[in-house]
Amino acid sequence: MTSDIVQRLLDGDRRALTRVVTWVENGYPQGRDALRELFSHSGNAHIVGITGSTGSGKSTLVAAIAREYRRRDRSVGIIAVDPTSPFSHGALLGDRIRMQDLTSDPGVFIRSMATRGALGGLAAATNDVVTVLDASGEDVILVETVGAGQDEVEIADTAHTTVVISIPGAGDDMQAIKAGILEIADILVVNKADLPLAEAVYKQLHIFMELDRSEGWRVPILKTVATKGQGVTELVEEIDKHREYLKRSGRLAEMRRHRARRQLLAAAQGLLLEAVLSTAEANGALDKLVESVSRLEVDPRTAAEQLIKAAKG
Amino acid sequence: MTQERKLKIIIAKPGLDGHDRGAKVVARALRDAGFEVVYTGIRQTPEMIAETALQEDADVIGLSILSGAHLELFPRVVEELKKRGMDDVVLFAGGIIPREDIPQLEKAGFKAIFGPGSSTHDIINWVRENLPKQGAAARS
Repeated sequence: MTSDIVQRLLDGDRRALTRVVTWVENGYPQGRDALRELFSHSGNAHIVGITGSTGSGKSTLVAAIAREYRRRDRSVGIIAVDPTSPFSHGALLGDRIRMQDLTSDPGVFIRSMATRGALGGLAAATNDVVTVLDASGEDVILVETVGAGQDEVEIADTAHTTVVISIPGAGDDMQAIKAGILEIADILVVNKADLPLAEAVYKQLHIFMELDRSEGWRVPILKTVATKGQGVTELVEEIDKHREYLKRSGRLAEMRRHRARRQLLAAAQGLLLEAVLSTAEANGALDKLVESVSRLEVDPRTAAEQLIKAAKG
Repeated sequence: MTQERKLKIIIAKPGLDGHDRGAKVVARALRDAGFEVVYTGIRQTPEMIAETALQEDADVIGLSILSGAHLELFPRVVEELKKRGMDDVVLFAGGIIPREDIPQLEKAGFKAIFGPGSSTHDIINWVRENLPKQGAAARS
């Protein structure tokens, strides 16, 4: 039985879509019900992650990629993530400013999300929102992370193709050989390539990639000027090529299994914690153990074991 | 962890004036008050504002205007929202709006108009008091 709102969503009703996204984002029970029905309809979209440091031009490049896909007559969903303030818990979501012209295109759906305390560069509900947009029939879903530094690499677990943006003048070659964000790239982009020093960054990235010994996909390095749309056609072609590679090599199927496992375990973890907490909070075991740990009478690991025992008994 | 209802507010600038200092100050103040605020940027058509409200599933929209075209543009925003079934969004506005125009805008559906000299505290308090009872998440 498909509920009315899910049916409307599948029929292309954008109001139903936006409402379900809100439910899912807020962790509402209606959202979980909708996801249960929508899950089997997902799996068709190509999910592209766009990441890079603050001010590297992510939003502008996302908008340019979306325009290029629209020229190819493919529908586009965009999820733009911006940070939540750790102090006020508010957020200013400003990525749409670079995407104004796309707002009135019926083939584009843009949703802003605040991180709400999540640290990996996305919001906790981003994967579920991707599933909803995927099931709604978007051909391509572009996920823009918060301004990423070195460790916000969660996007690689969400996207099929991860595009990492570098810009001129942001660090020397030492930055390039550290672990982290460059490693997750399926495509490397030097944006703002009309600026001085762009060539230097481009060469550094080449040197970095020459040391790469992974087999299969060779990570291409492209230059773009997102504000002028330069290099964007080539970028979209590389994204599509990467999609083809994933399918042909069996990587896509492998990715799906890997994600299925991770999502299943994450959900199980959440459910177990919920079950333990509901008992331990009700019978006071949680408060008692928190006291004991804070008074150094017992270590956190032992207290956790006791907590679980208390919840079972 | 408690499941806190987060409200989404859109701050938009309809029409052709390009001065968005006020809109940005209000957006920032609402952020600091704990809301999730989407700022659209300048030169938005009524269609763009309503479409943004739809895609973001907004609870509240605040419009900022300095050009004098509010009597023309504001009712059109209301109309475009209705077309999209988004007529339960709470509307307020600010900018250079003559006092004698306010009744007409209130009739069109605007709940409050903040003129020059309004403090951000007034706006935040007003938003807190006039929030939709449930928020978008609970509506169907």
